[in-house]
Amino acid sequence: MNLPRSLIIGGFLFAVFLLAAILSFVWTPYDVEVLNIAAKLRPPGATHWFGTDHFGRDIFSMIMVGARTSIAVAIVAVGIGIGLGVPLGLWAAANHRSWLDEVIMRGNDLVFAFPSLVIAILITAVFGPSAINAIIAIGIFNIPVFARISRGGALSIWTLDYILSARVVGKGTLRISAEHILPNIANLLIVQGTIQFSLGILAEAALSYVGLGAQPPTPSWGRMLADSQTMISFAPHLALFPGFAILLTVLGLNLMGDGLRDILDPKIRRLRQ
Amino acid sequence: MLRFAATRLISLSLSLLAASVVIFAVIEVIPGDPASFMLGLNAEPDTVMALRDQLGLNGSILSRYLSWIGGMLSGDFGTSYTYRVPVSELILARIWISLPLAIYALLLSTLIAFPVGLIAAARRGKASDIGIMASTQLGIAVPNFWFAMLLVLVFAINLRWFSAGGFPGWDQGFWLGLKSLTLPAIALALPQASILARIMRSSLLDTLDQDYIRTARAKGLSRRQTITRHALRNAMIPVLTIIGMQFSFLLAGAIIIENVFFLPGLGRLIFQGITQRDLIVVESVVMLLVFAVISVTFLVDLAYAMADPRLRRRK
Repeated sequence: MNLPRSLIIGGFLFAVFLLAAILSFVWTPYDVEVLNIAAKLRPPGATHWFGTDHFGRDIFSMIMVGARTSIAVAIVAVGIGIGLGVPLGLWAAANHRSWLDEVIMRGNDLVFAFPSLVIAILITAVFGPSAINAIIAIGIFNIPVFARISRGGALSIWTLDYILSARVVGKGTLRISAEHILPNIANLLIVQGTIQFSLGILAEAALSYVGLGAQPPTPSWGRMLADSQTMISFAPHLALFPGFAILLTVLGLNLMGDGLRDILDPKIRRLRQ
Repeated sequence: MLRFAATRLISLSLSLLAASVVIFAVIEVIPGDPASFMLGLNAEPDTVMALRDQLGLNGSILSRYLSWIGGMLSGDFGTSYTYRVPVSELILARIWISLPLAIYALLLSTLIAFPVGLIAAARRGKASDIGIMASTQLGIAVPNFWFAMLLVLVFAINLRWFSAGGFPGWDQGFWLGLKSLTLPAIALALPQASILARIMRSSLLDTLDQDYIRTARAKGLSRRQTITRHALRNAMIPVLTIIGMQFSFLLAGAIIIENVFFLPGLGRLIFQGITQRDLIVVESVVMLLVFAVISVTFLVDLAYAMADPRLRRRK
């Protein structure tokens, strides 16, 4: 099977950052928590590939560890969305047109109506700025996204003949949802998951930029950008590298999402052939 | 139509009610007592109690909620703990930065997205289409606050065309005010314009596949005439939805962007409120933003139903 080009490019971009994040657990060129004022604000060069910040910390190493923060926050936030949203959506679809369906979907509408970033700011502000609270704040808004998409996908499958046969055999709602519906909406969930993942990276960056994400000394891309802001006129490299890291990771995930949709969505797949 | 408007209005009120309960509940669990925070560590307990009384913090949760809601409905947003002035005054002073900024960005985003989406759709598969689609991918992936910093670096620090931040005030002249909102508005608009241009393109392409477009072509209209007279109007429905939704992103995004440009808008007010434990300011501003977003969604729904009778019947 020939893969769509967007999937290859996007997958490559994301893989670079994912590998950097994993590698950072065992190795970084320099220790990101050790300050070296003598080497502060070095421009990019042979000893420090991306230069150093105002505390003399190596930017390249900080980007590697920052990748870990960003990816971890976004993955868990997507996990919250899938873990809670998908069961809710399946439950609503299995009880289509009942009060339960109505309550779940109206609740979803409500969360959708909130300006998510404002509420995320509120949540992190109330419970204290930390990576965990950023995850919760971002994750909450993933729940209705996955609930809606799995309900929509499930509703169309519930009308099919093989579901009727499953019922005749005596399978209950729960088993049908788990054994027949879920595998059939997995494609939708994978594509949506990639999109929410990239939105999560952007949201984490925005929250840590305003100081409500991961706290120092844990490096995070948003925090690095916030720190660089006052020094941008004489040390622009401080702002360039973390920004490009966010841009390329998000771009990679978005391209991957497009490519996966091309492969996994039967309607688009037929068009391509 | 009236019935449609009425049911939408009921669901609008229910959403607002639920939103107010959620915001109030979240603020209630904030650790730290604003009265003791304001008076400092050495305050006598009875002074703290007296201040709590004055701030109306001693009533039951229900009575505090009701007085908050009742006050807001009559335009009284309470008194800021730290500024000691009515919150409505604080909001009024700052909304004239945040709101124009969001509207300015929405205009820019629409003005960029329309022609770009139109060109991409009209030249489907050609080099210009591919180029536009690639740049919109970049536009969507750019964090807007980083883009804002780059704009400052290029246009304020290097070229000196704009100031790097701050706001002179509208009383210094409309154009000066507008100029200082220009870089923030561009930073906010670019990612939204990229999304909008893609929606515009795909919506136009969907419409161009319809039978009535073939009919229009068959009766002798040129490609350009078909697009402007028939396709464009029908392609607008999904585009309008997104524009409505973008208003909410722009208002929220303005909060972050205001930080980059040191604009004294609602975003700065929220962050000051958070650091100073000025809860009444935080909950009122957040409630106001939610109200604005939910109302815009309501108006967009209503505008559709007026434009397209089919939508009225569906509900």
